[in-house]
Amino acid sequence: MGVAKYIKNQADGVEKVIYQSGIEVKPSYGPKDLEAIGFDYDEDLGDPGQYPFTRSIHPLGYRSRAWTTRQYTGFGTPQDTNERFKYMIANGQNGLNVAFDLPTQMGYDSDSPQSEGEVGRVGMAVDSLRDFEIAFKDIQFDRIGSGLTINAVASIMLAMYQATAEKYGYSKETISATPQNDILKEMIGRGAWIFPVEPSVRLVCDTIEYSVKELPRCNPVSICGYHIRESGATPSQEVGFAFEIAKTYIDNLVGRGLSPDDFVGRFSFNLNVFGNLWEQIAKFRAARKLWARLLKEEYGVTNRKNQFLRGLFGGGGSGLTKEQPENNIIRGAYYGLAAALSGAQTTALCSFDEAFTIPTPRAALLSLRTLEILMEEVGLRDTVDPLAGSYFIETITKEMEDKIKEEMLRVQKTGGMTKAISSGYIQREVAMQAYDFEKSLQNGEIIKVGVNKYAEGDQPDVELHEYDDSWVNTQISRLKELRRTRDNREVNRSLKSLQKTAKSGNNVMPDLVDCCRAYATVGEMTAVFRDVFGEWDEPCLL
Amino acid sequence: MEYKKRIRVLIAKPGLDGHDRGAKVIALALRDAGMEVLYSGLHQSIDQIIATAVQESVDVIGLSVMTGAHLSICTRLMQTLHDKKLSDIFVVVGGVIPQNDISKLQKIGVKGVFPGGTRFEVIVDSIRALF
Repeated sequence: MGVAKYIKNQADGVEKVIYQSGIEVKPSYGPKDLEAIGFDYDEDLGDPGQYPFTRSIHPLGYRSRAWTTRQYTGFGTPQDTNERFKYMIANGQNGLNVAFDLPTQMGYDSDSPQSEGEVGRVGMAVDSLRDFEIAFKDIQFDRIGSGLTINAVASIMLAMYQATAEKYGYSKETISATPQNDILKEMIGRGAWIFPVEPSVRLVCDTIEYSVKELPRCNPVSICGYHIRESGATPSQEVGFAFEIAKTYIDNLVGRGLSPDDFVGRFSFNLNVFGNLWEQIAKFRAARKLWARLLKEEYGVTNRKNQFLRGLFGGGGSGLTKEQPENNIIRGAYYGLAAALSGAQTTALCSFDEAFTIPTPRAALLSLRTLEILMEEVGLRDTVDPLAGSYFIETITKEMEDKIKEEMLRVQKTGGMTKAISSGYIQREVAMQAYDFEKSLQNGEIIKVGVNKYAEGDQPDVELHEYDDSWVNTQISRLKELRRTRDNREVNRSLKSLQKTAKSGNNVMPDLVDCCRAYATVGEMTAVFRDVFGEWDEPCLL
Repeated sequence: MEYKKRIRVLIAKPGLDGHDRGAKVIALALRDAGMEVLYSGLHQSIDQIIATAVQESVDVIGLSVMTGAHLSICTRLMQTLHDKKLSDIFVVVGGVIPQNDISKLQKIGVKGVFPGGTRFEVIVDSIRALF
């Protein structure tokens, strides 16, 4: 959830408005406010498409191209996922955003004891290349881009995506994949981590390095403020922490001898849209500016296109409520509006039933239509950065910039992001925010319609996506058959080679592609990593 | 106060799911309500949770389940507690739990079911009422 704190007087007038990032909003703004912050058009905004890209990374915004919609899809078996992919594409979606089940995300095969009860539950189950061959059947790899929402084993999934595309006759140069691949945010929120911090960062950077050299159309990392925000962080922490995470990856790659200009253009960000509308818009505008400045001033990035903050601004999951679920349809529309007014390049909306479970096809389609209505009917394509020059927006954009910098500085003072995570500093910060937020909601300082205001007694039941146990058997029997019929000598050879490379510190990607081609399973490849790297020991919260 | 005992609670995240915002928030809320709270951390098996509960002599295990697997997880936990003669440890569960499943969970012996958004005082009072 997440809106501002409103302090009211007895006549229900709003006395004070404080955004989550700590910005206090005045009742009105004028030219003097811009003077007070030292606003300078060229310095602070620049024309759309001009450094520092506060207004837009493209000179024409949505005039040249509407946003890419990428609803999160994928559940059950690869066949089910394939059907859902085709359904979304047939309905106008132009990119896929693949959800994986938890066993796959955690590197366990479907028949592993750890996987019990979770196979295919929150996403697609993937054990081997065979599953990808089914899931991506008839998908045009050179035309449809795929977001792969996976982190700890993102390297394996990217290798598998390449192997699948090649199997279907597409060269690796033509494929476009965006594995999420941001393990540090998993350690802050969402929790799908496996290995300790250092080898985890190494795997992320192996994937990036490999993509730079071999996969020209892939964006190998999507840095996720999104989940940090979902875990309770404020909008300024969301962006500040995401930038510190990005710096960790950049520093690792620079240590390998790469120049930032070689790879930062492939970074994308995944940022959240729920919360106060104006605070979100200020956040995205400030983020674009800060990212460009950071790259130019700290990393010497000179190529203009490499200074772009690209990404998916969307979702809004924790803004949704279980109470009066239809209200989420309206919330989604406003979150979409926030994304559009912020110049989101790619977007996706959580569906109204997602407070309960993964969305039904009807709910997912409704989200897609919401986004299409914004672009096609309401007028969001008319002009780029329509709020530019607003006394209010420009003032809070500048204030947001300062708040984000403060959060970054705090992380730097603990010794950088890997230290801040190893010590549990960030996790405690975020948990305390989440707790404070919940308290504010329960004591009415923050209003959530249908929850702590305008609540109704009985809640209508929503149509839920049912979890079907029979998927598990289908998946496990295919896996068993695979283990019988594949060339197990080739599997063992490729896994041994992977182990050697993992130990040596060389890039593991070529070996992973090799393992995938041999039909080694996700569980087998991850077991090699577990053996070489060990598992992460999470720092204590309390 | 009528509660003489300081209640010890283990907040636990069973299975592979890593969405621990709710678990952490409730751990902090129960602590502020005067209980002694331990948090298991992520990716715990049923056996690991029970081992921690025994080692730390907790009175209550509070599970946080967000994936929809609450029925199968609670069934296994209740069965194992029963088999190990540890049924004096109370079990409560919170998370993404449809209304229809609440009575099913109560039927297998879960003492409190708290779907997301349940007020802190409701959870605190229900746990205190067990003692």
